[in-house]
Amino acid sequence: MSLAHRILPCLDTDGTRVVKGVHFEGLRDAGDPVELAARYNAEGADELVVLDIAAARDNRPTFLETIRHVAEQLSIPLTAGGGIRSLEDARCVVRAGADKVTVNTAAVERPELITQLSNEFGTQAVVLAIDAKREDQFWQVRVRGGRAATSWDALAWARRGVDLGAGEILLTSVDRDGTQSGFDLALTAAISRSVSVPVIASGGAKLPQHFLEVFTAGAADAALAASIFHDQVQSIRELKSFLQSNGVAVRLPC
Amino acid sequence: MVTLIDYGAGNVTSVARALRRLGAEVRLTSNPEDVSSASSLVLPGVGHCAALLGFLDTHSLRRPLLDAIARGTPFLGICLGFQALYQRSDEAPEIPGLGLLPGQVHLLSRNVKLPHMGWNQIRLARSCPLLDGISPESYFYFAHSYAPPADGVETAAICKHGHEFTAVLECQRIFGVQFHPEKSGAAGATLLANFLRLAA
Repeated sequence: MSLAHRILPCLDTDGTRVVKGVHFEGLRDAGDPVELAARYNAEGADELVVLDIAAARDNRPTFLETIRHVAEQLSIPLTAGGGIRSLEDARCVVRAGADKVTVNTAAVERPELITQLSNEFGTQAVVLAIDAKREDQFWQVRVRGGRAATSWDALAWARRGVDLGAGEILLTSVDRDGTQSGFDLALTAAISRSVSVPVIASGGAKLPQHFLEVFTAGAADAALAASIFHDQVQSIRELKSFLQSNGVAVRLPC
Repeated sequence: MVTLIDYGAGNVTSVARALRRLGAEVRLTSNPEDVSSASSLVLPGVGHCAALLGFLDTHSLRRPLLDAIARGTPFLGICLGFQALYQRSDEAPEIPGLGLLPGQVHLLSRNVKLPHMGWNQIRLARSCPLLDGISPESYFYFAHSYAPPADGVETAAICKHGHEFTAVLECQRIFGVQFHPEKSGAAGATLLANFLRLAA
C-alpha cells in the first residue's frame, strides 16, 4: 500500500482546440479536448490538466465551456488553468467542473492570490505552476508563457508559494519544454526536496525511461506530458506497465 | 432520490454527476426541510473543515442532519463530509464536529508530503457492503491533509500515508469515505452504486 506516482496528460488549448508548440511557440492543432479527455480517462490517466494558453479575456466563456464538456467525460480529477488572475476567475473554472486550479503569472505579480484561493477552495485545490529556466547558478522563474524573466529563484518561489497555501507545484522546465530530451532531473529534484507538497514534473518527456528517471532521480510525485500522448507516441497503459516492472508504484487500471 | 447537501464546495457537482451517471435522481439542497425529508443523504466536501461546519450552522442544517441520521436515513460522507462526523478536527478545533463518531480528526504525519494527494490503495479491516465487487488491488483518489483515526470499531478499511487512518467506515446506516469515489474511476463508481443499492 503506497501512494502511486501519477501520470498526467495535459491539454494545452487555445480555448476550444488542443494546440502544441516548442518552447511555448509555433502552435499547431492537436485535436479535440473532449475526445482526448475521454480517451485518457479510459486509458488510465491519473488526472487531466487543461490549460488555456491563449488566455485572452474575450475567449474566456469558450474555455469555460470546454472545461464543462471535458469534466463530463471524466471520472478522474481535473485541473484547469491559464489566465487565472483573480478569485472570481478561479470560481468560474471550479464551477465549470475543475477540481483544482493552477496559477502562474498572476501569483508572481500578486502572491496573496495563492492564499485567497487556498482559503476559498482548500490547499489541495491550489496548484502553483512555476516555469523555470536555467541561469548560471540557479533556476529563474519565468512568467507570461516562459517569455518574461522575474527576480525569483525557483526554489525560493516554490517555498514561498507553499507557505502562502499552494498544495502542489506544477514545475515546467522552460529549457526542456517541447524538446523531448527528458525531464530536467536536477531542477525537479531540487524543488521536490525543498518543499513539503507534491511536485508535478513537466517539460521534455518522450521515452518511458524519462518518466522512470523523473520518479527516481528527479524525486517527482507526478509527471505531465502532452504531445507524446496526443500523437500516440506513448500509450499511458504501456508507460505504466514499464514503470511498474521497474519498481515504481503506479495505478494500473483494473 | 438522493439528497446531496450543497454547501458550495468544489466537488458537489462532480458527486452529483457521478451519481446521475449511475441512474440516480439527485436533489442538491441547502434547505433544512429537504434534509429532514430525505430518503438518503450525501455530504460531499473538500477544502477547510471550518467552512463546512460553519455552513451547516449558518444554514441550520446541523440538527436536521443529526435527526435524519438518528432515524436511520442512509448517509454517505465524502472526505470532509466524512470527517465532519467526528467530535472535532485539529483543522478547526474551535468548532465542534457532528459528534456521531468518537475521536478526533488529526493532521497526517509531517514526515510525508502533504496534502496526501493522488491514488492509494486500502486494506480491508472487515467486510463492508460498500466495497462489494471492488478488487482489493483497487486504487482510490485522495486529496487531504487531515484524517480520522484508524482504531475505531466501525473502521471497514484502512489507508496509510505517514500513519494509518480510516479510509472507509460503516456504522449501521452511516457510511464514510476519506477518498473521493466521484474521482476514483471505475472502483469509485462501483462504491457509489453500492451506496445507492444499500440506500434503496
